Amino acid sequence: MLTLSAHDRAMLDGDLGPGVALAMRIVTRIADVMSARELIHVTSAHIDGCLYHGAASLDFVERFVQAGTKVVIPTTLNVGSLDLIHPELYHGSASTGKAAQRLMDAHVELGCESSFTCAPYQLKHRPKLGEQIAWAESNAIVFANSVLGARTNRYGDFLDLAAAITGRAPYAGLHVVENRAARVVFEAPDFSTLPGRDIFFAALGLLVGKEAGASVAAIVGLPLDTTEDELKALGAAAASSGAVALFHAVGITPEAPTLDAALQGRAPMRTVAVSLEDLRDVRRKLNHAGPGEPLVAVSLGTPHFSVAEFEQLMQLFSQHSGPLRCDFYVNTSRYILWLLEQTGVAGKLADRGVQIVVDTCTYITPVMKKMTGLVMTNSGKWAHYAPANIGVTVAYGSMSECVRSAFEGKVWFDEQIS
Amino acid sequence: MNRSADADDNPRGATAISQPSRVLTGEALTSGYARGPKALLSEPLSFWGGYDSVQGTIVDKTHPCFGQQLGGTIMVMPRAKGSSSSSSVLAEAIRNGTGPLGIILRERDLIIATGVIVASELYGINIPLVVVADADFKSISDADALIEIASPDHLGIARVTLIAPSRALFEQDAT
Repeated sequence: MLTLSAHDRAMLDGDLGPGVALAMRIVTRIADVMSARELIHVTSAHIDGCLYHGAASLDFVERFVQAGTKVVIPTTLNVGSLDLIHPELYHGSASTGKAAQRLMDAHVELGCESSFTCAPYQLKHRPKLGEQIAWAESNAIVFANSVLGARTNRYGDFLDLAAAITGRAPYAGLHVVENRAARVVFEAPDFSTLPGRDIFFAALGLLVGKEAGASVAAIVGLPLDTTEDELKALGAAAASSGAVALFHAVGITPEAPTLDAALQGRAPMRTVAVSLEDLRDVRRKLNHAGPGEPLVAVSLGTPHFSVAEFEQLMQLFSQHSGPLRCDFYVNTSRYILWLLEQTGVAGKLADRGVQIVVDTCTYITPVMKKMTGLVMTNSGKWAHYAPANIGVTVAYGSMSECVRSAFEGKVWFDEQIS
Repeated sequence: MNRSADADDNPRGATAISQPSRVLTGEALTSGYARGPKALLSEPLSFWGGYDSVQGTIVDKTHPCFGQQLGGTIMVMPRAKGSSSSSSVLAEAIRNGTGPLGIILRERDLIIATGVIVASELYGINIPLVVVADADFKSISDADALIEIASPDHLGIARVTLIAPSRALFEQDAT
Protein backbone atom coordinates (compact mmCIF):
# COMPACT_ATOMS: atom_id res chain seq x y z
CA MET A 1 0.00 0.00 0.00
CA LEU A 2 1.38 3.37 -1.05
CA THR A 3 1.81 5.94 1.73
CA LEU A 4 1.89 9.56 0.60
CA SER A 5 3.41 12.57 2.34
CA ALA A 6 1.18 15.56 3.06
CA HIS A 7 2.70 17.36 0.10
CA ASP A 8 2.19 14.34 -2.19
CA ARG A 9 -1.44 14.26 -1.08
CA ALA A 10 -1.87 17.98 -1.76
CA MET A 11 -0.48 17.51 -5.27
CA LEU A 12 -2.78 14.56 -5.89
CA ASP A 13 -5.80 16.45 -4.58
CA GLY A 14 -5.27 19.30 -7.02
CA ASP A 15 -4.12 21.92 -4.50
CA LEU A 16 -1.26 22.81 -6.87
CA GLY A 17 -3.41 22.85 -9.98
CA PRO A 18 -4.86 20.30 -12.40
CA GLY A 19 -1.54 19.73 -14.22
CA VAL A 20 0.28 18.72 -11.05
CA ALA A 21 -2.70 16.53 -10.07
CA LEU A 22 -2.56 14.69 -13.43
CA ALA A 23 1.19 14.19 -13.07
CA MET A 24 0.76 12.90 -9.50
CA ARG A 25 -2.01 10.54 -10.57
CA ILE A 26 0.37 9.01 -13.10
CA VAL A 27 3.22 8.75 -10.57
CA THR A 28 0.99 7.09 -7.97
CA ARG A 29 -0.62 4.70 -10.46
CA ILE A 30 2.84 3.62 -11.61
CA ALA A 31 3.92 3.34 -7.97
CA ASP A 32 1.02 0.94 -7.47
CA VAL A 33 2.09 -1.11 -10.49
CA MET A 34 5.58 -1.34 -8.96
CA SER A 35 4.20 -2.21 -5.50
CA ALA A 36 6.05 0.82 -4.08
CA ARG A 37 5.24 1.80 -0.51
CA GLU A 38 6.41 5.37 -0.77
CA LEU A 39 7.63 8.01 -3.17
CA ILE A 40 11.10 9.56 -3.08
CA HIS A 41 12.53 12.89 -4.11
CA VAL A 42 14.42 12.81 -7.40
CA THR A 43 17.08 15.40 -8.23
CA SER A 44 16.87 15.40 -12.03
CA ALA A 45 14.75 14.16 -14.89
CA HIS A 46 15.53 13.34 -18.49
CA ILE A 47 12.54 13.45 -20.79
CA ASP A 48 12.08 11.21 -23.78
CA GLY A 49 8.61 12.55 -24.60
CA CYS A 50 9.81 15.31 -26.93
CA LEU A 51 10.20 12.85 -29.83
CA TYR A 52 6.97 12.91 -31.82
CA HIS A 53 5.03 9.64 -32.06
CA GLY A 54 1.59 10.95 -32.97
CA ALA A 55 -1.24 12.94 -31.42
CA ALA A 56 -0.90 11.27 -28.01
CA SER A 57 2.54 12.87 -27.59
CA LEU A 58 1.10 16.38 -28.02
CA ASP A 59 -2.20 15.72 -26.23
CA PHE A 60 -0.24 14.82 -23.12
CA VAL A 61 2.14 17.76 -22.97
CA GLU A 62 -0.49 20.35 -23.99
CA ARG A 63 -2.55 19.37 -20.94
CA PHE A 64 0.31 20.67 -18.79
CA VAL A 65 0.97 23.76 -20.93
CA GLN A 66 -2.71 24.73 -20.72
CA ALA A 67 -2.66 24.31 -16.96
CA GLY A 68 0.44 26.52 -16.65
CA THR A 69 2.39 23.66 -15.05
CA LYS A 70 6.22 23.78 -14.74
CA VAL A 71 8.87 21.20 -13.94
CA VAL A 72 10.29 21.53 -10.41
CA ILE A 73 13.69 19.82 -10.83
CA PRO A 74 16.50 20.25 -13.39
CA THR A 75 15.13 18.52 -16.47
CA THR A 76 16.94 17.76 -19.72
CA LEU A 77 15.32 16.83 -23.03
CA ASN A 78 16.04 13.87 -25.23
CA VAL A 79 16.26 14.09 -29.01
CA GLY A 80 13.29 15.42 -30.93
CA SER A 81 12.27 14.62 -34.49
CA LEU A 82 13.96 17.71 -35.93
CA ASP A 83 17.40 19.28 -36.03
CA LEU A 84 16.41 22.78 -34.94
CA ILE A 85 19.91 24.11 -35.68
CA HIS A 86 19.85 22.68 -39.24
CA PRO A 87 16.09 22.58 -39.97
CA GLU A 88 16.72 22.29 -43.71
CA LEU A 89 17.86 18.68 -43.22
CA TYR A 90 14.31 17.52 -42.43
CA HIS A 91 12.38 16.21 -45.43
CA GLY A 92 9.44 14.45 -43.81
CA SER A 93 5.84 15.63 -44.14
CA ALA A 94 5.19 19.28 -43.27
CA SER A 95 2.35 18.48 -40.88
CA THR A 96 4.45 15.98 -38.90
CA GLY A 97 7.33 18.47 -38.88
CA LYS A 98 5.06 21.16 -37.47
CA ALA A 99 3.68 18.89 -34.74
CA ALA A 100 7.21 17.69 -33.91
CA GLN A 101 8.44 21.29 -33.59
CA ARG A 102 5.47 22.17 -31.35
CA LEU A 103 6.24 19.15 -29.15
CA MET A 104 9.83 20.29 -28.65
CA ASP A 105 8.77 23.91 -27.99
CA ALA A 106 6.02 22.86 -25.56
CA HIS A 107 8.53 20.99 -23.41
CA VAL A 108 10.75 24.08 -23.26
CA GLU A 109 7.65 26.08 -22.18
CA LEU A 110 7.28 23.68 -19.24
CA GLY A 111 10.76 24.69 -18.07
CA CYS A 112 12.87 21.86 -19.53
CA GLU A 113 16.37 22.61 -20.84
CA SER A 114 16.65 22.62 -24.63
CA SER A 115 19.44 20.00 -24.52
CA PHE A 116 17.84 17.65 -27.11
CA THR A 117 20.31 14.83 -26.63
CA CYS A 118 20.08 11.12 -25.94
CA ALA A 119 23.38 11.44 -24.04
CA PRO A 120 22.55 13.87 -21.20
CA TYR A 121 25.49 12.31 -19.35
CA GLN A 122 27.73 14.21 -21.79
CA LEU A 123 26.34 17.58 -20.68
CA LYS A 124 28.10 19.83 -18.18
CA HIS A 125 26.31 18.57 -15.07
CA ARG A 126 25.71 14.92 -14.50
CA PRO A 127 24.31 12.89 -11.63
CA LYS A 128 26.64 11.52 -8.98
CA LEU A 129 27.02 8.07 -7.42
CA GLY A 130 23.92 7.16 -5.42
CA GLU A 131 21.83 10.11 -6.63
CA GLN A 132 18.12 9.32 -7.14
CA ILE A 133 16.95 10.46 -10.57
CA ALA A 134 14.08 9.80 -13.00
CA TRP A 135 15.44 9.32 -16.47
CA ALA A 136 13.95 8.03 -19.68
CA GLU A 137 15.75 7.04 -22.92
CA SER A 138 16.97 3.48 -22.69
CA ASN A 139 20.67 4.23 -23.31
CA ALA A 140 20.71 7.18 -20.89
CA ILE A 141 19.08 5.04 -18.21
CA VAL A 142 21.64 2.27 -18.54
CA PHE A 143 24.55 4.75 -18.60
CA ALA A 144 23.31 6.69 -15.55
CA ASN A 145 22.79 3.50 -13.56
CA SER A 146 25.84 1.58 -14.69
CA VAL A 147 28.61 4.08 -15.40
CA LEU A 148 27.62 6.91 -13.05
CA GLY A 149 26.05 4.80 -10.30
CA ALA A 150 23.03 7.09 -10.14
CA ARG A 151 19.69 5.38 -9.53
CA THR A 152 16.79 5.31 -11.93
CA ASN A 153 14.28 2.83 -13.20
CA ARG A 154 13.64 2.26 -16.86
CA TYR A 155 11.15 5.09 -17.06
CA GLY A 156 9.28 5.65 -20.28
CA ASP A 157 7.61 8.59 -21.91
CA PHE A 158 4.98 10.32 -19.74
CA LEU A 159 6.29 9.11 -16.39
CA ASP A 160 9.50 11.06 -17.02
CA LEU A 161 7.56 14.33 -17.32
CA ALA A 162 5.23 13.40 -14.45
CA ALA A 163 8.31 12.90 -12.25
CA ALA A 164 9.80 16.22 -13.40
CA ILE A 165 6.56 18.04 -12.52
CA THR A 166 6.13 16.42 -9.10
CA GLY A 167 9.83 15.87 -8.25
CA ARG A 168 8.77 12.40 -7.07
CA ALA A 169 9.25 8.81 -8.18
CA PRO A 170 8.15 5.44 -6.78
CA TYR A 171 10.69 4.02 -4.33
CA ALA A 172 11.06 0.64 -5.99
CA GLY A 173 13.17 -1.25 -8.48
CA LEU A 174 16.63 0.19 -9.09
CA HIS A 175 16.09 3.07 -6.66
CA VAL A 176 16.53 0.43 -3.95
CA VAL A 177 20.14 -0.69 -3.42
CA GLU A 178 19.29 -4.37 -2.88
CA ASN A 179 17.68 -4.55 -6.32
CA ARG A 180 20.91 -3.39 -7.95
CA ALA A 181 22.69 -6.70 -7.35
CA ALA A 182 23.71 -8.54 -10.51
CA ARG A 183 21.72 -11.68 -11.25
CA VAL A 184 23.35 -12.87 -14.47
CA VAL A 185 27.12 -12.98 -14.99
CA PHE A 186 28.71 -12.71 -18.43
CA GLU A 187 32.31 -13.78 -18.99
CA ALA A 188 33.62 -11.65 -21.85
CA PRO A 189 36.42 -12.89 -24.11
CA ASP A 190 39.60 -10.84 -24.36
CA PHE A 191 39.24 -8.42 -27.26
CA SER A 192 41.33 -5.67 -25.69
CA THR A 193 44.03 -5.63 -28.36
CA LEU A 194 41.88 -6.25 -31.43
CA PRO A 195 41.61 -3.39 -33.92
CA GLY A 196 38.18 -1.75 -34.16
CA ARG A 197 37.23 -2.99 -30.74
CA ASP A 198 34.29 -0.53 -30.58
CA ILE A 199 32.08 -3.03 -32.38
CA PHE A 200 32.93 -5.80 -29.93
CA PHE A 201 31.49 -3.68 -27.12
CA ALA A 202 28.32 -3.12 -29.14
CA ALA A 203 28.10 -6.79 -30.12
CA LEU A 204 28.59 -7.84 -26.49
CA GLY A 205 25.85 -5.37 -25.50
CA LEU A 206 23.39 -6.88 -27.97
CA LEU A 207 24.19 -10.34 -26.67
CA VAL A 208 23.85 -9.26 -23.01
CA GLY A 209 20.48 -7.63 -23.74
CA LYS A 210 19.15 -10.72 -25.45
CA GLU A 211 20.32 -13.07 -22.69
CA ALA A 212 19.68 -10.93 -19.61
CA GLY A 213 16.33 -9.40 -20.62
CA ALA A 214 15.51 -7.07 -17.74
CA SER A 215 17.88 -8.67 -15.23
CA VAL A 216 20.88 -6.83 -13.81
CA ALA A 217 24.03 -8.13 -15.49
CA ALA A 218 27.63 -8.30 -14.34
CA ILE A 219 30.33 -8.52 -16.99
CA VAL A 220 33.78 -9.84 -16.15
CA GLY A 221 36.80 -9.73 -18.43
CA LEU A 222 36.34 -6.34 -20.09
CA PRO A 223 39.58 -4.48 -20.88
CA LEU A 224 40.74 -2.48 -17.85
CA ASP A 225 41.23 0.55 -20.09
CA THR A 226 37.59 0.41 -21.25
CA THR A 227 36.43 3.95 -21.95
CA GLU A 228 33.14 5.65 -21.14
CA ASP A 229 32.33 5.70 -24.85
CA GLU A 230 32.80 1.95 -25.06
CA LEU A 231 30.52 1.43 -22.04
CA LYS A 232 28.05 3.78 -23.73
CA ALA A 233 28.04 1.59 -26.87
CA LEU A 234 27.66 -1.58 -24.81
CA GLY A 235 24.78 -0.18 -22.73
CA ALA A 236 22.91 1.30 -25.69
CA ALA A 237 23.06 -2.03 -27.51
CA ALA A 238 21.97 -4.00 -24.42
CA ALA A 239 18.99 -1.69 -23.95
CA SER A 240 17.98 -2.20 -27.60
CA SER A 241 17.97 -5.99 -27.70
CA GLY A 242 16.70 -6.37 -24.13
CA ALA A 243 15.32 -4.31 -21.28
CA VAL A 244 18.66 -3.89 -19.50
CA ALA A 245 18.69 -0.87 -17.18
CA LEU A 246 21.88 -1.64 -15.25
CA PHE A 247 25.03 -3.64 -15.85
CA HIS A 248 28.13 -3.85 -13.73
CA ALA A 249 31.49 -4.00 -15.51
CA VAL A 250 33.63 -5.66 -12.86
CA GLY A 251 36.73 -3.63 -11.99
CA ILE A 252 35.44 -0.69 -14.06
CA THR A 253 32.03 0.63 -12.98
CA PRO A 254 31.52 2.19 -9.53
CA GLU A 255 29.29 -0.41 -7.89
CA ALA A 256 31.47 -3.32 -9.02
CA PRO A 257 35.02 -3.16 -7.65
CA THR A 258 34.75 -6.97 -7.48
CA LEU A 259 32.33 -9.57 -8.82
CA ASP A 260 31.23 -10.28 -5.27
CA ALA A 261 30.39 -6.61 -4.77
CA ALA A 262 28.38 -6.58 -8.00
CA LEU A 263 26.47 -9.64 -6.80
CA GLN A 264 26.09 -8.13 -3.30
CA GLY A 265 27.44 -11.38 -1.93
CA ARG A 266 24.73 -13.54 -3.46
CA ALA A 267 25.09 -16.31 -6.03
CA PRO A 268 24.14 -15.46 -9.61
CA MET A 269 21.10 -17.07 -11.22
CA ARG A 270 23.35 -18.11 -14.08
CA THR A 271 26.66 -17.48 -15.76
CA VAL A 272 27.07 -17.09 -19.51
CA ALA A 273 30.46 -17.64 -21.12
CA VAL A 274 30.85 -15.51 -24.25
CA SER A 275 33.41 -16.36 -26.93
CA LEU A 276 34.94 -14.14 -29.59
CA GLU A 277 33.13 -16.29 -32.12
CA ASP A 278 29.80 -15.43 -30.43
CA LEU A 279 30.59 -11.73 -30.86
CA ARG A 280 31.63 -12.18 -34.47
CA ASP A 281 28.38 -14.02 -35.00
CA VAL A 282 26.42 -11.03 -33.62
CA ARG A 283 28.30 -8.79 -36.02
CA ARG A 284 27.58 -11.08 -38.96
CA LYS A 285 23.87 -11.07 -38.13
CA LEU A 286 23.74 -7.26 -37.91
CA ASN A 287 25.66 -6.74 -41.09
CA HIS A 288 23.75 -7.07 -44.35
CA ALA A 289 26.47 -6.18 -46.84
CA GLY A 290 29.50 -7.73 -48.40
CA PRO A 291 32.86 -6.05 -49.03
CA GLY A 292 32.80 -3.82 -52.10
CA GLU A 293 29.07 -3.05 -52.06
CA PRO A 294 28.39 0.64 -52.77
CA LEU A 295 27.40 2.84 -49.81
CA VAL A 296 24.97 5.77 -49.82
CA ALA A 297 26.08 6.97 -46.40
CA VAL A 298 27.92 6.38 -43.16
CA SER A 299 26.18 7.32 -39.92
CA LEU A 300 27.97 7.57 -36.58
CA GLY A 301 26.95 8.97 -33.20
CA THR A 302 24.17 6.73 -31.87
CA PRO A 303 24.15 7.48 -28.97
CA HIS A 304 25.32 11.06 -29.58
CA PHE A 305 29.04 11.40 -30.22
CA SER A 306 31.26 12.66 -27.40
CA VAL A 307 34.17 15.07 -27.74
CA ALA A 308 36.57 12.11 -27.37
CA GLU A 309 34.86 10.26 -30.21
CA PHE A 310 35.16 13.35 -32.44
CA GLU A 311 38.88 13.41 -31.65
CA GLN A 312 39.14 9.76 -32.67
CA LEU A 313 37.25 10.55 -35.86
CA MET A 314 39.63 13.45 -36.67
CA GLN A 315 42.52 11.05 -36.17
CA LEU A 316 40.98 8.53 -38.59
CA PHE A 317 40.23 11.25 -41.16
CA SER A 318 43.86 12.37 -41.04
CA GLN A 319 44.82 8.95 -42.47
CA HIS A 320 42.81 9.56 -45.64
CA SER A 321 43.04 12.20 -48.34
CA GLY A 322 40.71 13.21 -51.13
CA PRO A 323 36.94 13.53 -51.01
CA LEU A 324 34.44 11.35 -49.21
CA ARG A 325 32.68 9.11 -51.71
CA CYS A 326 29.39 8.85 -49.84
CA ASP A 327 27.39 11.03 -47.42
CA PHE A 328 28.79 11.12 -43.91
CA TYR A 329 26.64 11.94 -40.87
CA VAL A 330 27.61 12.27 -37.23
CA ASN A 331 24.88 12.75 -34.60
CA THR A 332 25.62 14.75 -31.49
CA SER A 333 24.13 17.35 -29.16
CA ARG A 334 24.05 21.10 -29.77
CA TYR A 335 26.18 21.46 -26.63
CA ILE A 336 28.96 19.25 -28.04
CA LEU A 337 28.67 21.03 -31.41
CA TRP A 338 29.19 24.30 -29.57
CA LEU A 339 32.34 22.88 -27.92
CA LEU A 340 33.57 21.66 -31.33
CA GLU A 341 33.03 25.10 -32.82
CA GLN A 342 35.27 26.57 -30.09
CA THR A 343 38.09 24.17 -30.91
CA GLY A 344 37.71 24.37 -34.70
CA VAL A 345 36.92 20.64 -35.05
CA ALA A 346 33.42 21.36 -36.40
CA GLY A 347 34.83 23.54 -39.19
CA LYS A 348 37.51 21.01 -40.14
CA LEU A 349 34.98 18.19 -40.39
CA ALA A 350 32.56 20.35 -42.40
CA ASP A 351 35.40 21.16 -44.83
CA ARG A 352 35.88 17.45 -45.38
CA GLY A 353 32.20 16.92 -46.11
CA VAL A 354 30.92 15.66 -42.77
CA GLN A 355 27.35 16.66 -41.89
CA ILE A 356 26.95 17.03 -38.14
CA VAL A 357 23.33 16.42 -37.08
CA VAL A 358 22.15 17.77 -33.71
CA ASP A 359 18.95 17.66 -31.60
CA THR A 360 17.84 14.44 -33.29
CA CYS A 361 19.32 11.31 -34.84
CA THR A 362 19.56 9.91 -38.37
CA TYR A 363 17.68 6.69 -37.59
CA ILE A 364 14.50 8.20 -36.13
CA THR A 365 13.52 10.88 -38.61
CA PRO A 366 14.10 11.67 -42.30
CA VAL A 367 17.21 13.86 -42.27
CA MET A 368 19.62 11.84 -44.42
CA LYS A 369 19.51 12.82 -48.10
CA LYS A 370 19.19 9.23 -49.27
CA MET A 371 16.84 6.97 -47.34
CA THR A 372 17.20 3.84 -49.43
CA GLY A 373 20.30 1.79 -50.02
CA LEU A 374 23.18 0.74 -47.88
CA VAL A 375 24.25 2.77 -44.83
CA MET A 376 27.23 1.80 -42.68
CA THR A 377 27.42 2.36 -38.92
CA ASN A 378 29.42 1.25 -35.90
CA SER A 379 26.39 1.56 -33.62
CA GLY A 380 24.65 -1.60 -32.45
CA LYS A 381 21.61 0.49 -31.60
CA TRP A 382 21.45 2.16 -35.03
CA ALA A 383 21.92 -1.19 -36.74
CA HIS A 384 19.15 -2.67 -34.58
CA TYR A 385 16.49 -0.01 -35.20
CA ALA A 386 17.25 1.73 -38.52
CA PRO A 387 15.95 -0.93 -40.94
CA ALA A 388 12.41 -0.84 -39.45
CA ASN A 389 12.42 2.90 -38.74
CA ILE A 390 13.69 4.42 -41.96
CA GLY A 391 13.99 1.50 -44.37
CA VAL A 392 17.72 1.44 -45.06
CA THR A 393 19.94 -1.62 -45.23
CA VAL A 394 22.78 -1.73 -42.71
CA ALA A 395 26.45 -2.47 -43.14
CA TYR A 396 28.00 -2.88 -39.71
CA GLY A 397 31.63 -2.17 -38.95
CA SER A 398 34.01 -0.43 -36.59
CA MET A 399 34.52 3.34 -36.71
CA SER A 400 37.78 2.78 -38.53
CA GLU A 401 36.10 0.53 -41.11
CA CYS A 402 33.29 3.06 -41.53
CA VAL A 403 35.74 5.89 -42.26
CA ARG A 404 37.79 3.92 -44.76
CA SER A 405 34.61 2.66 -46.44
CA ALA A 406 33.32 6.24 -46.77
CA PHE A 407 36.52 7.31 -48.53
CA GLU A 408 36.24 4.33 -50.88
CA GLY A 409 32.46 4.74 -51.35
CA LYS A 410 32.02 1.05 -50.74
CA VAL A 411 32.05 -1.36 -47.84
CA TRP A 412 35.49 -2.29 -46.57
CA PHE A 413 36.12 -4.74 -43.73
CA ASP A 414 39.36 -5.27 -41.87
CA GLU A 415 40.17 -8.97 -42.20
CA GLN A 416 41.78 -8.96 -38.77
CA ILE A 417 38.39 -8.31 -37.16
CA SER A 418 36.11 -10.63 -39.08
CA MET B 1 -25.92 -16.95 -38.89
CA ASN B 2 -28.83 -17.25 -36.54
CA ARG B 3 -27.74 -17.87 -33.01
CA SER B 4 -30.39 -20.36 -31.85
CA ALA B 5 -30.37 -22.29 -35.10
CA ASP B 6 -26.62 -22.76 -34.77
CA ALA B 7 -26.97 -23.99 -31.21
CA ASP B 8 -29.59 -26.51 -32.31
CA ASP B 9 -27.45 -27.72 -35.18
CA ASN B 10 -24.30 -27.88 -33.14
CA PRO B 11 -24.69 -29.59 -29.79
CA ARG B 12 -20.91 -29.44 -29.19
CA GLY B 13 -21.09 -25.68 -29.39
CA ALA B 14 -23.98 -25.62 -26.98
CA THR B 15 -22.05 -27.71 -24.48
CA ALA B 16 -19.09 -25.38 -24.72
CA ILE B 17 -21.27 -22.40 -23.82
CA SER B 18 -22.11 -23.83 -20.46
CA GLN B 19 -18.51 -24.92 -19.87
CA PRO B 20 -15.95 -22.34 -20.92
CA SER B 21 -12.61 -24.08 -21.25
CA ARG B 22 -10.75 -22.59 -18.40
CA VAL B 23 -10.64 -19.67 -15.99
CA LEU B 24 -7.28 -18.42 -14.73
CA THR B 25 -6.42 -15.55 -12.47
CA GLY B 26 -3.68 -13.00 -12.67
CA GLU B 27 -2.63 -9.72 -11.14
CA ALA B 28 -4.48 -6.74 -12.61
CA LEU B 29 -2.12 -3.81 -13.17
CA THR B 30 -4.88 -1.77 -14.77
CA SER B 31 -8.64 -2.23 -14.75
CA GLY B 32 -10.81 -2.96 -17.75
CA TYR B 33 -12.68 -5.58 -19.68
CA ALA B 34 -11.65 -7.05 -23.01
CA ARG B 35 -12.37 -10.01 -25.21
CA GLY B 36 -10.72 -10.99 -28.45
CA PRO B 37 -8.59 -13.42 -30.36
CA LYS B 38 -5.15 -14.06 -29.00
CA ALA B 39 -2.10 -12.44 -30.56
CA LEU B 40 0.77 -14.49 -29.17
CA LEU B 41 4.15 -12.77 -29.39
CA SER B 42 6.66 -15.48 -28.57
CA GLU B 43 9.47 -12.89 -28.51
CA PRO B 44 9.41 -9.50 -26.76
CA LEU B 45 8.47 -6.52 -28.95
CA SER B 46 9.67 -2.94 -28.59
CA PHE B 47 6.63 -0.89 -29.63
CA TRP B 48 8.90 1.98 -30.61
CA GLY B 49 10.83 0.89 -33.66
CA GLY B 50 8.78 -2.29 -33.80
CA TYR B 51 5.14 -1.27 -34.26
CA ASP B 52 3.49 1.10 -36.72
CA SER B 53 0.70 2.75 -34.73
CA VAL B 54 -0.97 4.13 -37.89
CA GLN B 55 -1.00 0.94 -39.95
CA GLY B 56 -1.33 -1.24 -36.86
CA THR B 57 1.32 -3.76 -37.85
CA ILE B 58 4.53 -5.14 -36.40
CA VAL B 59 7.33 -3.63 -38.51
CA ASP B 60 10.38 -5.14 -36.79
CA LYS B 61 11.63 -7.49 -39.49
CA THR B 62 13.60 -9.53 -36.99
CA HIS B 63 10.47 -10.27 -34.93
CA PRO B 64 8.80 -13.66 -35.55
CA CYS B 65 5.42 -11.89 -35.80
CA PHE B 66 6.58 -9.35 -38.42
CA GLY B 67 3.57 -8.07 -40.36
CA GLN B 68 1.02 -9.19 -37.78
CA GLN B 69 -1.71 -6.80 -36.57
CA LEU B 70 -2.53 -6.27 -32.89
CA GLY B 71 -5.72 -4.19 -33.27
CA GLY B 72 -8.69 -5.96 -31.69
CA THR B 73 -6.58 -8.68 -30.12
CA ILE B 74 -5.52 -9.74 -26.66
CA MET B 75 -1.73 -9.45 -26.85
CA VAL B 76 0.12 -12.17 -24.99
CA MET B 77 3.85 -11.52 -24.59
CA PRO B 78 6.36 -12.87 -22.06
CA ARG B 79 8.03 -9.53 -21.41
CA ALA B 80 8.76 -6.19 -23.02
CA LYS B 81 12.05 -4.89 -24.36
CA GLY B 82 13.76 -2.00 -26.04
CA SER B 83 12.98 1.66 -26.24
CA SER B 84 11.50 3.75 -23.46
CA SER B 85 9.51 5.54 -26.21
CA SER B 86 7.33 2.46 -26.38
CA SER B 87 4.93 4.03 -23.84
CA SER B 88 4.08 6.74 -26.39
CA VAL B 89 3.73 4.40 -29.32
CA LEU B 90 1.45 2.10 -27.32
CA ALA B 91 -0.70 5.04 -26.11
CA GLU B 92 -0.91 6.33 -29.68
CA ALA B 93 -1.90 2.88 -30.97
CA ILE B 94 -4.62 2.64 -28.30
CA ARG B 95 -5.87 6.12 -29.33
CA ASN B 96 -5.90 5.08 -33.00
CA GLY B 97 -7.67 1.80 -32.29
CA THR B 98 -4.68 -0.09 -33.69
CA GLY B 99 -3.50 -1.28 -30.29
CA PRO B 100 -4.45 -4.45 -28.44
CA LEU B 101 -7.72 -4.56 -26.47
CA GLY B 102 -5.99 -6.24 -23.55
CA ILE B 103 -2.45 -7.28 -22.63
CA ILE B 104 -1.17 -10.34 -20.78
CA LEU B 105 2.48 -10.43 -19.67
CA ARG B 106 4.55 -12.88 -17.66
CA GLU B 107 6.87 -10.16 -16.31
CA ARG B 108 5.53 -6.79 -15.21
CA ASP B 109 6.78 -3.93 -17.29
CA LEU B 110 6.75 -0.27 -16.40
CA ILE B 111 6.91 1.04 -19.95
CA ILE B 112 3.91 -0.98 -21.14
CA ALA B 113 1.99 -0.03 -17.96
CA THR B 114 2.74 3.66 -18.47
CA GLY B 115 1.38 3.62 -22.03
CA VAL B 116 -1.82 1.93 -20.86
CA ILE B 117 -2.30 4.26 -17.87
CA VAL B 118 -1.79 7.41 -19.95
CA ALA B 119 -4.24 6.21 -22.63
CA SER B 120 -6.74 5.80 -19.82
CA GLU B 121 -6.00 9.29 -18.41
CA LEU B 122 -6.07 11.08 -21.78
CA TYR B 123 -8.73 9.20 -23.70
CA GLY B 124 -10.70 7.24 -21.13
CA ILE B 125 -9.89 3.98 -22.93
CA ASN B 126 -9.22 1.30 -20.33
CA ILE B 127 -7.03 -1.55 -21.51
CA PRO B 128 -6.70 -4.32 -18.92
CA LEU B 129 -3.05 -5.20 -18.32
CA VAL B 130 -2.49 -8.49 -16.51
CA VAL B 131 0.56 -10.29 -15.17
CA VAL B 132 0.21 -14.05 -14.84
CA ALA B 133 2.35 -16.79 -13.31
CA ASP B 134 4.67 -18.89 -15.50
CA ALA B 135 2.40 -21.96 -15.64
CA ASP B 136 -0.67 -19.89 -16.49
CA PHE B 137 1.29 -18.01 -19.12
CA LYS B 138 2.11 -21.32 -20.73
CA SER B 139 -1.53 -22.44 -20.64
CA ILE B 140 -2.59 -19.18 -22.25
CA SER B 141 0.16 -19.43 -24.86
CA ASP B 142 -0.73 -23.02 -25.74
CA ALA B 143 -4.52 -22.62 -25.77
CA ASP B 144 -6.36 -22.46 -29.06
CA ALA B 145 -8.94 -20.04 -27.71
CA LEU B 146 -10.49 -16.63 -27.56
CA ILE B 147 -9.43 -14.76 -24.46
CA GLU B 148 -11.55 -12.70 -22.12
CA ILE B 149 -10.03 -10.48 -19.43
CA ALA B 150 -12.11 -9.03 -16.64
CA SER B 151 -10.30 -6.74 -14.20
CA PRO B 152 -12.81 -4.74 -12.18
CA ASP B 153 -10.17 -2.98 -10.08
CA HIS B 154 -6.62 -2.00 -10.77
CA LEU B 155 -4.33 -3.82 -8.34
CA GLY B 156 -6.97 -6.48 -7.88
CA ILE B 157 -7.42 -9.92 -9.31
CA ALA B 158 -7.84 -10.25 -13.05
CA ARG B 159 -9.96 -13.10 -14.35
CA VAL B 160 -8.64 -14.52 -17.60
CA THR B 161 -11.04 -16.88 -19.39
CA LEU B 162 -9.87 -19.10 -22.22
CA ILE B 163 -12.91 -19.70 -24.36
CA ALA B 164 -12.89 -23.00 -26.21
CA PRO B 165 -12.63 -22.90 -30.01
CA SER B 166 -16.07 -24.42 -30.58
CA ARG B 167 -17.63 -21.78 -28.40
CA ALA B 168 -15.42 -19.15 -29.94
CA LEU B 169 -16.59 -20.08 -33.42
CA PHE B 170 -20.16 -20.00 -32.27
CA GLU B 171 -19.79 -16.59 -30.67
CA GLN B 172 -18.10 -15.16 -33.73
CA ASP B 173 -20.89 -16.46 -35.95
CA ALA B 174 -23.41 -14.83 -33.69
CA THR B 175 -21.98 -11.35 -34.16
